[in-house]
Amino acid sequence: MSKVRVLVGTRKGAFILTSDGKRERWSVSEPHFAGWEIYHMKGSPVDPNRLYASQSSGWFGQLIQRSNDGGETWEPVGNQFAYEGIPGTHQWYDGTQHPWEFKRVWHLEPSLTDPDTVFAGVEDAAFFRSTDGGRNWQELPGLRGHGSGPRWQPGAGGMCLHTILPDPTNPERIFIAISAAGAFRTDDAGQTWKPINQGLHSESIPDPAADVGHCVHRIALHTSRPNVLFMQKHWDVMRSDDAGDSWHEISGNLPTDFGFVIDVHANQPETIYVVPIKSDSEHFPPEGKLRVYRSRTGGNEWEALTQGLPQSNCYVNVLRDAMAVDSLDECGVYFGTTGGQVYASRDAGDNWAPIVRDLPAVLSVEVQTLE
Amino acid sequence: MIRVWLPGHLRTLARVDSEVHLEVQGQATQRSVLDALEAKYPMLKGTIRDHVTGKRRSFLRFFACQEDLSHASPDAPLPDAVVSGEEPFLVVGAIAGG
Repeated sequence: MSKVRVLVGTRKGAFILTSDGKRERWSVSEPHFAGWEIYHMKGSPVDPNRLYASQSSGWFGQLIQRSNDGGETWEPVGNQFAYEGIPGTHQWYDGTQHPWEFKRVWHLEPSLTDPDTVFAGVEDAAFFRSTDGGRNWQELPGLRGHGSGPRWQPGAGGMCLHTILPDPTNPERIFIAISAAGAFRTDDAGQTWKPINQGLHSESIPDPAADVGHCVHRIALHTSRPNVLFMQKHWDVMRSDDAGDSWHEISGNLPTDFGFVIDVHANQPETIYVVPIKSDSEHFPPEGKLRVYRSRTGGNEWEALTQGLPQSNCYVNVLRDAMAVDSLDECGVYFGTTGGQVYASRDAGDNWAPIVRDLPAVLSVEVQTLE
Repeated sequence: MIRVWLPGHLRTLARVDSEVHLEVQGQATQRSVLDALEAKYPMLKGTIRDHVTGKRRSFLRFFACQEDLSHASPDAPLPDAVVSGEEPFLVVGAIAGG
């Protein structure tokens, strides 16, 4: 029978939640790396017991942990993330230039084909790769070397590379996103990159339609159709049907088009999910109602999913890496909140229940569907 | 023998449950002690000093013999009481809450 493993990164440690395929009863692990920020954990698609975790602390810096047994035991691996060459400068909040400085790893993306190869998206934004299971990390400097770096700037969370989407049909193609620079694509396995932001419109930069400078919060795709991308931008929910070469808005009837997460149903590539969040400073759900919105038409037409979610006095946020889906039939959808709840739906979003509700603030949620 | 006291999180990371004892070749300085510490516990590399610059991480302090050595030269000799093992060299996390 299938099993589901949910990897939850929080402000104060990592938690692993497991259930059988019915997804009715969940066990919750003791905290791993208690007291440390776990920005992200993810398992290898080709070896699901190979997990990687980004562990960091303001006191002790960055660590990368690796597990070969599904999270039962861990070992620290390499933690040296050195920019290639002279790091250069990017734009600071006040518009002045500021030196590139490594702060933390936001996102770890294991290769689709090799459990020892894993990509890392870091703050200040850069793209790293390890081919030896995380022991050594090399920057692929073509991204920062694109030439637009001096126009990149940090969002409120820092200048982070937070999304890494390998194209499952083309090993040379990877999509990434940076706050606040925008989305980029490589078609040569990371050697060179092009900004893919045509159609985005952002009031917070001098030219709202500039090629870079956009605060992209998250991108998602369905593996069967990797040329179709969905984006939750700082404001606006967007769609591209040409691998990011152009975008159009699909916010439609959402109560607010601000938010952080976006994801795609595992078995229905036109079914997508967002969690609208109020404004770019309040960062809690409109009207105190925690609602997931689902579109079954690839955008524009959205329905509120509320059954089992708090519909009053709810003022949590759902951060950009904190939604994921399983691949069971029917598709399970999961998200974590800054209030420490992880909610799950076993029926593609129709009904929700907390599978754990008192964790530290949730930073990331990933789901593994295991045979 | 040099005694080094680590913050709890670094003891957990290094899988030690009390102070660390190190043999240091040559003169005992912050640099030589931390080099010996990282050689014995390589998982601590980067957690006390920056990988590239070798500088103390800004939210850590170095104390010994009731003195703050955080801003002393990394190549200055450590106090005799630390060298003799009478007093520990303390790596302390800044009081920063959270």
